[in-house]
Amino acid sequence: MPVTSTDQVAHLADRARFVRTETVRLTRIAGAGHYSAVFSCAELFAVLYYAQLRLDPSRPDWPDRDRFVLSKGHAAIGLYPVLADLGFFDPSELDTYTRLGSPFGDHPDMRRIPGVDFSSGSLGHGLSIAAGMALAGRMSGSDHRTYCMLGDGELAEGQIWEAAMSAGHFRLGNLVAIVDANQLGIDGFVRDVMAAEPIDRRFAAFGWQTHRVDGHDIPALLELFAGLPAAADGPPQLVVADTVKGKGVARMELSPDWHVGNLVGADYDDVLAELEGRA
Amino acid sequence: MSTQDQSELFNGTANVGLKDTRSVDGTDTRAIPAFVFGEELARLADHDPRIVVLTADLARSNRATDFANRHPERFVNVGIAEKNMITMAAGMAASGYIPFAATFGAFAALLGAEQIRTDCAYPGMPVRVVGHHSGMSMGFYGTSHHSLEDLGMMRCIADLTVVCATDANHLRALLRLSLDHPGAMYIRLGRGRDPQVYPEVPDLAIGRAETVRDGTDLTIIATGSEVHPALQAADELAGAGISTRVIDMFTIAPLDRDAVLDAARSTGAVLTVEEGNVTGGLGSAVAECLFEAGAHVPFRRHGVPDEHVPVGPPAALYAHYRLDGPGIACVARELLDSSKGTS
Repeated sequence: MPVTSTDQVAHLADRARFVRTETVRLTRIAGAGHYSAVFSCAELFAVLYYAQLRLDPSRPDWPDRDRFVLSKGHAAIGLYPVLADLGFFDPSELDTYTRLGSPFGDHPDMRRIPGVDFSSGSLGHGLSIAAGMALAGRMSGSDHRTYCMLGDGELAEGQIWEAAMSAGHFRLGNLVAIVDANQLGIDGFVRDVMAAEPIDRRFAAFGWQTHRVDGHDIPALLELFAGLPAAADGPPQLVVADTVKGKGVARMELSPDWHVGNLVGADYDDVLAELEGRA
Repeated sequence: MSTQDQSELFNGTANVGLKDTRSVDGTDTRAIPAFVFGEELARLADHDPRIVVLTADLARSNRATDFANRHPERFVNVGIAEKNMITMAAGMAASGYIPFAATFGAFAALLGAEQIRTDCAYPGMPVRVVGHHSGMSMGFYGTSHHSLEDLGMMRCIADLTVVCATDANHLRALLRLSLDHPGAMYIRLGRGRDPQVYPEVPDLAIGRAETVRDGTDLTIIATGSEVHPALQAADELAGAGISTRVIDMFTIAPLDRDAVLDAARSTGAVLTVEEGNVTGGLGSAVAECLFEAGAHVPFRRHGVPDEHVPVGPPAALYAHYRLDGPGIACVARELLDSSKGTS
């Protein structure tokens, strides 16, 4: 069913809200979870999964699907509900989240969760995975794209720059790296702990074509992703998404205290109300 | 400076193979594992589109050039970036390829340990990480280039198959077998001077040890580059009336426990020989197997002691650590003598 642009934006905003509310719900099951690193990329998840990626949930292994590598694997709690919502698996399975033997842990396991293109959790690996997938796509003649979502704090890992160098060298035009630049790591502001900026200029120096966007601005994200050059033998594409860690919940925004947390009692209800616009 | 000494100046590039075809124990050999690696894969890739080869600026050392010349579209040189190489290989494996990612063993297994565990073994990717120039075969290049810990480190990673190539024909067999083997593998190669043990490409099964010589008084369980000197030791021991079984335990993980326990039962004494730190490697694996089964036979782990090796050409280092034929025979006698003394 075709939707108007306005309807699409409203729909994606609703899906971003869904990512946040499901994260709050699932964290209560586990007793602790990553809130703020999911909230910063909720709009990115929504735009990518509901408007941009070429997917078929009935065929998670479709060779020509677009790939998505969640290098910042600790945001998996926000990705699982999206995959369930799209039909990769029954949403009721999410209620097992973090229970003994559940497919759903804090970091995603590709062998147990349909729709997860690669397992992640150890930071700094994802861009190499995605570069390998992009190279494989070119070798096999597929026109799929590989998207990789990184955190800005993660950029301190050296392997990121090995991968960035190789993607530029091999001119992996079918590779899109997205940095969720939410400004905070566990110990504080990225700029204080280990400065990552200027992210776009650093990647540009490795041969990437770079873009910078407000990562919570759904129309801007839609326009940017739709306008990326065709996947071909051009430079790899970098999208630096300027975001706010903890976006959507006042007490969590740009607060180092909510990288991992738990909401109990009235706080849980208050935050859900805030996210749902009832506060 | 002798030809062999001069060859030590090169890290396995063309000069080594062409100028010096002698092994550590002086055997003249032209068929050398590292040198058939690229050639065999190129041949296999003619019929198998899944095969890709990656290396980290060592194509001349491991002869991936032989593959690159024939299948340039399936060859990837990532530069000096081993972690990126192994993880990229995992990404390619997720797209249906069988990547062989090759570099010096020290860098593959130590620098790439987490990438092998997290990106290859854990998600079950059919990546073949190839660690060549293993053990102390790099000679006076020193500790940074010696790979003495790789077997110990690799065998404690779940869902990772760990194999060692014995000679050129053996390597061909391993590469062929690897194509349909599930999950990730670490394949350990020597420097490329391993004398011939197998006159033809053997009919191997991963996880099943090969008995390359039968005997009744003692079993030497060796792997990789130490199988040939173990056979030389067995010859020497035969001259002294000691009948020695030699087992090529080319699969370190999973270990062939039946072969180990049968050796203990039927020959009564077990000596393990490996070109690596005795802590954690083949000897440790065999010891665990024996003790857990209650097989308390005279036993000794022989390899590099828990220390950083001194500088020296490989041949001198093998003699220093008694990892050549005469040295192994000497250690075997000590084992048998001490068991007599305590019985």
